[in-house]
Amino acid sequence: MRRILIVGATSAIAEQCARIWVKDSAVALTLVGRDREKIEALRVDLAVRSPHSVIHTETLDFLDPVAIAELAKRTSLDGPLDIVLIAHGNLPTQESSEQDLSIASSTLMLNGISPVLFAEAFAGLCAIADHGTLAIIGSVAGDRGRRANYVYGSAKALVAHYAAGLQHRFAETNVKVVLIKPGPTATPMTADLQQQGRRLARAEKVAAQIVKAIDTGKPVLYTPSIWQPIMFIIKHLPQRIFIKLKV
Amino acid sequence: MVRVSSWGRLNAEEHDARALTSTQDVARTLRESAPGIAYGLGRSYGDVCLNPGGTLWRTTGLDHFIAFDEITGVLVCEAGVVLRDIQRMTLPRGWSLPVTPGTQLVTVGGAIANDVHGKNHHKFGTFGDHVRSLKIVRTDGSELDCGPNLRPEYFAATVGGIGLTGFITQAEIQLRRVPGPWFETETVSFLNLDEFFALSIESDSGWEDSVSWIDCVGGGNGRGLFMRGNPVTVDAKPEPRRRSIAMPVVPPISMVNQMSLKAFNAAYFKINKHRSGKQLTHYEPFLYPLDNILDWNRMYGPHGFYQYQSVVPRENERDVTGAMLREIARSGQGSFLAVLKTFGERSPIGMLSFPRPGVTLALDFPNRGEETLKLLDRLDAIVREAGGRIYLAKDARMSIDMFESGYPRFPELQQYRDPGMSSAMSRRLLGN
Ligand SMILES: Cc1cc2nc3c(=O)[nH]c(=O)nc-3n(C[C@H](O)[C@H](O)[C@H](O)COP(=O)(O)OP(=O)(O)OC[C@H]3O[C@@H](n4cnc5c(N)ncnc54)[C@H](O)[C@@H]3O)c2cc1C
Ligand SMILES: NC(=O)c1ccc[n+]([C@@H]2O[C@H](COP(=O)([O-])OP(=O)(O)OC[C@H]3O[C@@H](n4cnc5c(N)ncnc54)[C@H](OP(=O)(O)O)[C@@H]3O)[C@@H](O)[C@H]2O)c1
Repeated sequence: MRRILIVGATSAIAEQCARIWVKDSAVALTLVGRDREKIEALRVDLAVRSPHSVIHTETLDFLDPVAIAELAKRTSLDGPLDIVLIAHGNLPTQESSEQDLSIASSTLMLNGISPVLFAEAFAGLCAIADHGTLAIIGSVAGDRGRRANYVYGSAKALVAHYAAGLQHRFAETNVKVVLIKPGPTATPMTADLQQQGRRLARAEKVAAQIVKAIDTGKPVLYTPSIWQPIMFIIKHLPQRIFIKLKV
Repeated sequence: MVRVSSWGRLNAEEHDARALTSTQDVARTLRESAPGIAYGLGRSYGDVCLNPGGTLWRTTGLDHFIAFDEITGVLVCEAGVVLRDIQRMTLPRGWSLPVTPGTQLVTVGGAIANDVHGKNHHKFGTFGDHVRSLKIVRTDGSELDCGPNLRPEYFAATVGGIGLTGFITQAEIQLRRVPGPWFETETVSFLNLDEFFALSIESDSGWEDSVSWIDCVGGGNGRGLFMRGNPVTVDAKPEPRRRSIAMPVVPPISMVNQMSLKAFNAAYFKINKHRSGKQLTHYEPFLYPLDNILDWNRMYGPHGFYQYQSVVPRENERDVTGAMLREIARSGQGSFLAVLKTFGERSPIGMLSFPRPGVTLALDFPNRGEETLKLLDRLDAIVREAGGRIYLAKDARMSIDMFESGYPRFPELQQYRDPGMSSAMSRRLLGN
């Protein structure tokens, strides 16, 4: 049985990944979240879908380095992991971060520091086993700072920078690191955009591409794939043109 | 605000649409944003799931399974679970939903609120007949459970209650044992309504599923194709690959018109007339023939379409159906998608459930404004005279009189209503 651990498992995108994994075959799955009730509902759903899978749950404070290190240690007792997906994040409005530094701070912590701490903890385990794929969800928002979401975006840029370093570290090993950059996707995080009638990608579709990229060990995934050329252009636009854009 | 339509695409008004994704949040969201109405997959054709200018609670994020007992076949799930996902999960384990409508792309909540029926009504009744219990959250934040043996009146108000008694968060459903995903099917042609009714009686005992396509323009007397099926055991036959095509755009005018229709119907009848004999068919194409054509409702063009579904009592079903078909043929409206089926003898459990003993006719009419509405009023008159009624899941235009004569139990519903639940239909037919 493949061993898979998902951090931020209740995220809509991660949940769809989990559904694909349990559908393909029975797996040993650890679901990590912050809310006992929500993570339990997720466990029960996946257990109904896949009665032969072995599913555990863990809850902890996502900003507590000691708790994160202990989680990694606990999971290492059952042997090496095949896949670790780090998916959590939150997206308060940019204005709220500008007006309230505590929101700016928690946005940076949850989207930047926290995923790096989890990745670092599990990278240690993968290194010892010389095995496993570490997938981290960043964002297209991390590719270039823009006024609409630069606090969140800079935390995602930190994750991208970190993932690049990790890829360098593991270049000569059997450990793979996958950085995932979704475009706007219909999940609870984008409820406001959906209420404004914006057309967003479906989480099922994004998840299917993530699962595939993890299987092949693709270093960077833009999903849906149209975001690769779009972000290429946005990244390369000269500053004097970029600052005039209403993006 | 976002523009939302139902399946008939008659309009696309602005709604404050809120996606529910966790049952924990339902009570809070309802309290904050009532009045409103639940919206599943919007597979109803009319205004039963719409609330222009107001709140819609989207349920498809509430799509978790809660329990499934492979020994007893009892399934518990959240109300936004799609019937297709239940079928695909349970069929390989030998269990199936006993009742599903002609599309499996509907939610559990929608199937209950319209108390939907399928091709096997004469054997299995309606969806509500297989619901063992429901959890409901009201817009004041209170919660209650109901079922056939627990608050049975509240249950009868909720099954077929078009979403007006509160928000269903979860349902417990009794599935049935089936041998697998295959059906033995047979198509028999009939040349007139007498032959249809004879086939119907003959098939009631030996066939679980039956439905007929009827030519509403060509043959005059109601020629058509009678399709029937039974689940069967088949050893190790691989499931067919799932393929779908899509209607990519809305054509500027309806693709369904007199000329296209006559030619199409004649050809369809001819081709299938000679396809006699029994066949093995996978359950998906047999039970849900249109599900592979994504967005087929776009073919009626920018003005959308009405679906009209009536049921009339046994007594003079033959004459009444004939009169309706003549009226439709004379009008030169109507469409390829015309369906005829007899319902079984059960009386439904819901106060506003649609099925009743008799024959049901369902067909699409491209929206041509006044002309179409007048035709539907003439059909109403025939149905009403016969003591029949119109299906609320399909309706966007019937009069209060027509509603009250067809659904005499409507006053009973009022005492179970949640005052924070209101839809375009409830305001149109119930006054609030
Ligand atoms: C191709 C096609 C074939 C069809 N064939 C059949 C058929 O054979 N037999 C049949 O009976 N019907 C048939 N229908 C109609 C369809 O089954 C019903 O309209 C069904 O109710 C649609 O479900 P939905 O999830 O899309 O709900 P919606 O259309 O979104 O909503 C329907 C009603 O359910 C209520 N509702 C939804 N979720 C909840 C909830 N959680 N709590 C409370 N209320 C809720 C809504 O408020 C609304 O009143 C067909 C439709 C199509 C498009
Ligand atoms: N949706 C998009 O458009 C989009 C675009 C680009 C990148 N992304 C990224 O994709 C990933 C998945 O997001 P999603 O879209 O699936 O959103 P989502 O469904 O809203 O999920 C957010 C997840 O983060 C968790 N979370 C939020 N705050 C937390 C906290 N303080 N402590 C611990 N966990 C917390 C949530 O837990 P609870 O369930 O307990 O609340 C949930 O699991 C995120 O990294 C996001 O940044 C999303």
